[in-house]
Amino acid sequence: MSAQEEADHGVTSEPARVDDEPIRILDEDGTVLPGAEVPDLSADELLSMYEDVALARRFDQRAISLQRQGRIATYAPMTGQEGAQVATSYALEKRDWLFPTYREHAAKYVHGMRLESLLKPLRGHRDGYAIPDDVNVLPEYIPIATQLPQAVGMAWGNELQGRTDRAVLCHFGDGATSEGDFHEGLNFAGVFDVPAVFVCNNNQWAISVPRDRQTASETIAQKAQAYGIEGVRVDGLDPLAVYEVTREALKKAKNPTDDERRPTLIEAVQYRYGAHTTADDPSVYREDDEADAWRRKDPLDRLRNYLYSEGILDEEREADIDERIGAQIDDAIEAAENADADPDSIFEHVYDELPDRLREQRDELNALREKYGDDAFSEVLE
Amino acid sequence: MSSATAPAAETDADRLTLVEAVRDGLYAEMSADDRVVVLGEDVGKNGGVFRATDGLYEEFGGDRVVDTPLAESGIVGTAIGLALSGMRPVAEIQFMGFSYPAFDQLVSHAARFRSRSHGAYTVPMVVRMPYGGGIRAPEHHSESTETFFAHEPGLKVVSPSTPFDAKGLLTAAIRDPDPVVFLEPKLLYRAVREDVPTGSYEVPLSDAAIRREGSDVTVYTWGAMTRPTLIAADNVAEEYGVDAEVVDLRTLSPLDVETIVDSFEKTGRAVIVHEAPKSVGLGAEVAATVQEHALLYQEAPIKRVTGFDAPVPLHALEDYYLPQAVRIQDGILETVDF
Ligand SMILES: Cc1ncc(C[n+]2csc(CCOP(=O)(O)OP(=O)(O)O)c2C)c(N)n1
Repeated sequence: MSAQEEADHGVTSEPARVDDEPIRILDEDGTVLPGAEVPDLSADELLSMYEDVALARRFDQRAISLQRQGRIATYAPMTGQEGAQVATSYALEKRDWLFPTYREHAAKYVHGMRLESLLKPLRGHRDGYAIPDDVNVLPEYIPIATQLPQAVGMAWGNELQGRTDRAVLCHFGDGATSEGDFHEGLNFAGVFDVPAVFVCNNNQWAISVPRDRQTASETIAQKAQAYGIEGVRVDGLDPLAVYEVTREALKKAKNPTDDERRPTLIEAVQYRYGAHTTADDPSVYREDDEADAWRRKDPLDRLRNYLYSEGILDEEREADIDERIGAQIDDAIEAAENADADPDSIFEHVYDELPDRLREQRDELNALREKYGDDAFSEVLE
Repeated sequence: MSSATAPAAETDADRLTLVEAVRDGLYAEMSADDRVVVLGEDVGKNGGVFRATDGLYEEFGGDRVVDTPLAESGIVGTAIGLALSGMRPVAEIQFMGFSYPAFDQLVSHAARFRSRSHGAYTVPMVVRMPYGGGIRAPEHHSESTETFFAHEPGLKVVSPSTPFDAKGLLTAAIRDPDPVVFLEPKLLYRAVREDVPTGSYEVPLSDAAIRREGSDVTVYTWGAMTRPTLIAADNVAEEYGVDAEVVDLRTLSPLDVETIVDSFEKTGRAVIVHEAPKSVGLGAEVAATVQEHALLYQEAPIKRVTGFDAPVPLHALEDYYLPQAVRIQDGILETVDF
């Protein structure tokens, strides 16, 4: 390619960077590693990050137990992954966009979604997907990897419309890296050099299929190289490292230097401690002690230990935080459980304007409800 | 056409659920034919998220029960290649709602290899997918989009409603020389048990089943809706003396036109029940078929009792979306009272 052609395509021949060893700031016990630099966060910011990780952990425990009691439907737990979720969202500015999966409860919460909206779909109410006007979060993506090309499109669209102050951050799992959409998305991201950050939450498993069954490449981060973008591996159980790496990637996305490309693929190396969902039983495919080894690097413990050693957190503050979290989650559960569903809402939001056919179908349903009563509808479906 | 009940089996039988019958069918064909391989997401060690392949990995090993990377287009495309090589792949798509990445492979290639190659190459493969609603599943897990596949020439589309049929139809599908999309109604996976012969047998991919004989009206349905339809038929018989015939299509493409039309000629009235949205659903095809062949027998407008032309709601409202016995019953009475 000639220099002119390169300029026309906005492409530089700078090789993509990949580091194999995950970036880490905190040691497993929460001490700062020699030579590592702690991100520039105030004590209040650090405390609030800790509070959100703790809230995510508690939310997860409560959700699992609600599911066991039959009070919510199938739930995708995140314990072990809260640190990465919270830290990636802390790196976002409010105007940046988040493309979450079905497991990114904490990432969504930190970027502005209410806890109660996270619970409502699990109670069967689609209105939990409603996004407040000032919150830049897409509804959770359930089909795997489909969000990547869309995230690229939004990042590109923002750029084309001159909104260069915002980037897009897109979460997905290690399993997602097998789908065509992952490759198509990253390829477009590289070709159009869009302001997007791709976060692969590599929790080692896609339901029962281990990471080494998804790909024969040594790391996921190295896949970035094939698309001419930057790849970074980070310890996903180290919230400070995840925050720093994501913040840098977002900064570069919005404002690269001459030798940098905007997009980054971050591989956050972590672990799913529990089941894939509450419908899954990991004991069928995985050894118990595998989880134990990862638990020793727990993100909540690491952050807590660090904050204690810095004198930012103490027992009194921790108790306050615990109490606040408990009350917040109780309120959210109560609100979600008190929600009602109106059968008319089945027909809402399908189109901008309700077509005649749908209006007829809605009226037909209501006539039947009138005639037979609502109980008749919950009678037989087993 | 075959009768409503399973023929008295000469072999032993086990009382199986529908999902166990699927597994039993896979086991039997894998034992009988080395070319049969199972591939998909979580089908190996985990035995499938619905346990449809439970124990097969232990029995046949990882070369024949293959956990693939998470990539539907990869799974179906690879299955096509396996079939071209002479294997008999049975691919699992974990949920029908996740089959769309593979749609291109299915409709552009699996469906038309025979015609594209003038019969030189064929792809004898089965793609199994759980489908349908009623189990409080998350978004994208409850749809019933059989029309997409039935609309495609070259694909056969099958949906069993009983454990006996599940094994027999799956066996026929695996042995069929053409690609078969095998749709498993997950609402029925564990709903009932019935005798399923331990040996191999086929339920032909050409025949609808008459589940209940009747003379006043024919109700056409398939998959999970067969059960509420039979309940509704019993209700109208008991409470209103209306004698409904229930036809379970079983094979959605190609349709058993003869059974469909014969029944309509007998009753002169039709209700069609499916959980998919009404517009451009298979119900329209059944209605057009009876009108083409038996217009002069028609005594009343043909009624469709279906899901609505809206996305399947999350579970709080799912019972209002899926046709319930009460809606089916109402549809039958409206047709008979016309
Ligand atoms: C296209 C598609 N295929 C299959 C599924 C079913 N499924 C849901 S989650 C999952 C595993 C996902 O693993 P990974 O991408 O690593 O994310 P994780 O759940 O581990 O966070 C599968 C196979 C799906 N949701 N979408």
